[in-house]
Amino acid sequence: MKKDIILAGVGGQGILSIATVLGEAALTNGLHIKQAEVHGMSQRGGDVQSNLRISSEPIHSDLIPYGKVDIIMSLEPMEALRYVQELSKDGWIVTSSVPFVNIPNYPEKEEIYAHLQKLPHTVMLDVEALAKEAGAPAQAANMVLLGAAIPMMDLSYEAVRDAVAKVFSRKGQDIVDKNIAALEAGYRHSVNANR
Amino acid sequence: MKLLLLGDEAIALAAIHSGISGVYAYPGTPSTEITEYIQNRQKADPASERIFCKWCTNEKTAMEAALGMSYMGKRAMVCMKHVGMNVAADAFVNSAMTGANGGLVVVAADDPSMHSSQNEQDSRFYGRFAMIPYYEPSCQQEAYDMVREAFDYSEKMKIPVLMRITTRMAHSRAEVSTWTLKDGSEDIRPQNRIHFPDNPKQWILLPANSRVRNEQLIKDKKQFGLDSAEDPHNSFTPGEDRGLAIVACGIAYNYLMENFPKGVPCGVLKLTRYPIPRKLVGEMVASGVHRVIVMEEGQPFVEDKIRGMIGSEIQVEGRLTGLLPRTGELSPDSVRAALHLNPHKTFPKDDIVVPRPPALCQGCGHRDMYAALNEVAAEYENSRVFSDIGCYTLGALPPFRAIHTTVDMGASITMAKGAADAGQFPSFAVIGDSTFTHSGITGLLDCVNSEANVVIIISDNLTTGMTGGQDSAGTGRIESICAGVGVDPAHIRVVVPLAKNMEEIKNVIREEVEYKGVSVVIPRRECIQTFKRHAREKKQQ
Repeated sequence: MKKDIILAGVGGQGILSIATVLGEAALTNGLHIKQAEVHGMSQRGGDVQSNLRISSEPIHSDLIPYGKVDIIMSLEPMEALRYVQELSKDGWIVTSSVPFVNIPNYPEKEEIYAHLQKLPHTVMLDVEALAKEAGAPAQAANMVLLGAAIPMMDLSYEAVRDAVAKVFSRKGQDIVDKNIAALEAGYRHSVNANR
Repeated sequence: MKLLLLGDEAIALAAIHSGISGVYAYPGTPSTEITEYIQNRQKADPASERIFCKWCTNEKTAMEAALGMSYMGKRAMVCMKHVGMNVAADAFVNSAMTGANGGLVVVAADDPSMHSSQNEQDSRFYGRFAMIPYYEPSCQQEAYDMVREAFDYSEKMKIPVLMRITTRMAHSRAEVSTWTLKDGSEDIRPQNRIHFPDNPKQWILLPANSRVRNEQLIKDKKQFGLDSAEDPHNSFTPGEDRGLAIVACGIAYNYLMENFPKGVPCGVLKLTRYPIPRKLVGEMVASGVHRVIVMEEGQPFVEDKIRGMIGSEIQVEGRLTGLLPRTGELSPDSVRAALHLNPHKTFPKDDIVVPRPPALCQGCGHRDMYAALNEVAAEYENSRVFSDIGCYTLGALPPFRAIHTTVDMGASITMAKGAADAGQFPSFAVIGDSTFTHSGITGLLDCVNSEANVVIIISDNLTTGMTGGQDSAGTGRIESICAGVGVDPAHIRVVVPLAKNMEEIKNVIREEVEYKGVSVVIPRRECIQTFKRHAREKKQQ
């Protein structure tokens, strides 16, 4: 298997925790992984992204070629569109529907939604609301997003769940449970939406 | 053992496993995580052999301290971002003249595309300039393996070794197999014991000694080239197409392989260690090529050099000839285009997307400082604000648009002085606390000695903020440093940058503008990011 993923969002939203969980899941399941991220200046409220590649074969490039991304996972709807040139023709966008407005010229929300819906495979969900419904704090919204992308990933729900448990284990069982609840909520949403 | 590590972390772990006694560094993207990894490991494992890992004041002090440790026979590593090499250059270039005793590896992390830097300089030039061996690993595993090889080679040849990496490797994770003992535990080489150099004269760079040493270094350089030809990380592999060969340097090799999953149809010279191995270049020429494409991150360093090494009947192409972009980092796509392969099909760019530039954090003290400075500066017809390297460089962007220059670490103070010398009034400098101790103190002494009419704002957030909140060398001592340098204590003014103090801050700046001489204003409030982190840590305890 081979999955090329872009994780997108705004600095501080928690895309790197998604990368950590997927890295753990890949390593435990004997898969190869490369995950490139940008640190430093771009993090201060600017757009951030990470190229994440998982494969059963060795991976050469840290960067994914344009047009070859299988999934864009974004914690912010406009940020999902920023990388649309990199998306493969049959690739998926899984994105939060909640805009993060920290710039004066942020486009109309409805227009962004329309652009997202025009693409062939888009799942849009209110990750924060779903986290809350699942009894998890807003910080676990990133796990809702990850859960929603599991059906497109060739990784089992159980494999990702176990990785979440391992990654958050040092923070205590309560945090583990809440993150898993968030993951499951996202996963269920996606499975139901695709029926 | 298999671990998922950033390139930076792979280098750090390899250095620990190689038995270093010290890591010396000043934070700088993308090199910071090397030292942080060693610091965290030392903290987490108090029973392990101690490694010196406190941050240094700047790259030059780091390089010199590491050279001192090497003199004592122990292994040391120095880490910095590419522009840090300019600061360390005096010590670095002369360390090739002294040579090393304990293994000495210098890591320079270049930043092509300038993700977080002011230029794209290529540290391989420093390796050639100093005439030492230099390495450029193509992946995280190679980075890990090469560090120990570099330490071994450094000790064998009694020479410092440079390791050049770029952002894309430094900040990308991949699985790395680490050295383990038969019982499965980490293979950590014991640290060296103290032993003085067996060539003591070489460490006293008097002209008479240096002339002798220079001859030897030039002889050794030949050997370095011969040895890089034998390094298994370097190779020439002929391909089906005998007419074409690609020289793939460092991580450019990955972009090449990405485009040919079933094997490259032409010759490939994989280059990860320098000086450029003439033997392998000879093999490439002998294979019958009439065209060579050089793929390299940074400047056209190999392309330029290789053109002189092979006959003019062979066409050499790369960044210089425009086959590859002259600037910016390479990508699988730019390499693909250079190979004239069809581009992958893509969706069109979505024009609804607007830029989301980085900004100073909400609640950051630099914001209040700029708010006050902008108001006072506007009261004069031609205020000029010379700024520096750090988060506060973002003061150049809206809404502040407060600064006129940013050049290099410490340049705010000295440029404000030069401008004042030229007749500028008012002449402001804006510099952070960590940048001030890094390279601002000597400039301040120049100001004092010439009684320059400048207002120097040291925006003190008690940390090195831009790189993620590392210790700052002068914390708690900024006023006494300024006074010690000779600034009149009556004109060292401390304020707290909060909106409620705005009138007071403006008045202080106004008063100091009107004072004819050197003024230092210190707006001091903890970085909002480290403040939040400290609050979280307290809550967890």
